Amino acid sequence: MASSRDDFVIAIRSAFLKKKDKQKFSLLTLIFLSFVVIVLSNFNFKAIQIVKLSINEAIYRSTNLISTPENYIKGLKKDFDQHMRLYETHNTIKIELENLKQKQLTNDFLEIENKKLRSLIDENIKTDEIFAKVLIDKESPYLKSVVLNKGSRDNVKIGMAIVDGVYLVGQIIEVNYSNSRALLLSDLNSKIPSVLAPNDIQAVVSGTGSNYGIIEHTQDEIDKNLNGNEIIAYTSGLGGLFKPGIPIGKTSTGLAGKINFFSDFTQLNYVKITSYKIGREK
Amino acid sequence: MSSLNKSPFLKIFLSYLPIFMLFFSVFNEFDFNYLKLEYFSFNFVHLLIFFWTLRNPDHLSYLAIFFAGIINDVVIGIPLGISSFCYLLLCSVTAYIRNITLTPNFIKDWISLLFTILLINSIQVIVLDLIFLITVDYMDYLINSGFTFLFYPIFFIIFNFLNQRISIQQND
Repeated sequence: MASSRDDFVIAIRSAFLKKKDKQKFSLLTLIFLSFVVIVLSNFNFKAIQIVKLSINEAIYRSTNLISTPENYIKGLKKDFDQHMRLYETHNTIKIELENLKQKQLTNDFLEIENKKLRSLIDENIKTDEIFAKVLIDKESPYLKSVVLNKGSRDNVKIGMAIVDGVYLVGQIIEVNYSNSRALLLSDLNSKIPSVLAPNDIQAVVSGTGSNYGIIEHTQDEIDKNLNGNEIIAYTSGLGGLFKPGIPIGKTSTGLAGKINFFSDFTQLNYVKITSYKIGREK
Repeated sequence: MSSLNKSPFLKIFLSYLPIFMLFFSVFNEFDFNYLKLEYFSFNFVHLLIFFWTLRNPDHLSYLAIFFAGIINDVVIGIPLGISSFCYLLLCSVTAYIRNITLTPNFIKDWISLLFTILLINSIQVIVLDLIFLITVDYMDYLINSGFTFLFYPIFFIIFNFLNQRISIQQND
């Protein structure tokens, strides 16, 4: 009994402390070092922050460089698919354009009316936009995020909204000197205050880790109110981070709780980093 | 063919291949860990580290594994040090198995992998969810652990073939 315990202790000691010929550090040293890194990375000391930002900068750049061949192949495949669907896409776009032209006339009127009403209550929304390229879109099962090529030197700040065209994509969660990380709407940790049109129901659209979101924090009878109709989720503007009315996604008939995002997060190349100042006109 | 086998370039290339594969997997955007398929993912890096640190640790240094973990954390955006810690725990299990085993046995290795992966994924979930308050999907982790376990025999064959090639080159 004592002998088997001794064997176990020897094996453990040998595994953790003994260095093989080509190993420069023992396992115990490196495990301790990684534990120290975990603890230190959570302190907000300036020195640690600088080291952390430098590591992020170097690794993001290297990842982007190493992924160049893969991104090139992805681009080729996308171009080929688009080329093969050219005729079909042309016809669809022609019909959509005609519909949009008609809608534009109504929208122009609504826009003027909206401006007039905002000026009556002395309110304006000031938008600052920064165009950014997606450097890395390595999604993981744990965190759905993208790395953008604009950082603190371009006045990017934590909490700014990421927009693809007119659709909301996510928000900035980490800012380095020349790049930043944006949390996508699909991430489990993403919660966006929203308003559900056309019924004007306040809700929160939460990420699920998959390519759709779910509607949360509404009254129980939301399904009855919607009557199985298609609903569109817009940002409500509550919290002051986003302006009201940025489209997020829509539901399909019969799936009231599930929101399909308008933007395809796997196809993001260029996005806008935006900040909004909502307030009274001076 | 025999002259190709004795090529010094091939010898160097093969001896650094495990490290190259490790860094390529953590740096590159293409990830077996997230293949954009629902209910399917496996952790290639865990399989790579488990095999090489168990069968031929001279070709995958612990320091390289530590740095690969740091890179992985930065790229996927989780707090620094977590992946390194998990990878090194995997290494400690393989080092222990190596010390208590006289004759390597595939089945025993495979079962040890299951327990090790469940252990390190549990540690990762606990650290992320309870300490850093980052919400994670437990089911994703469970599926990932299952497929990583199931895919080990396939990668065992591939890595074993490479390991034999490396040994042949070293002995030449």
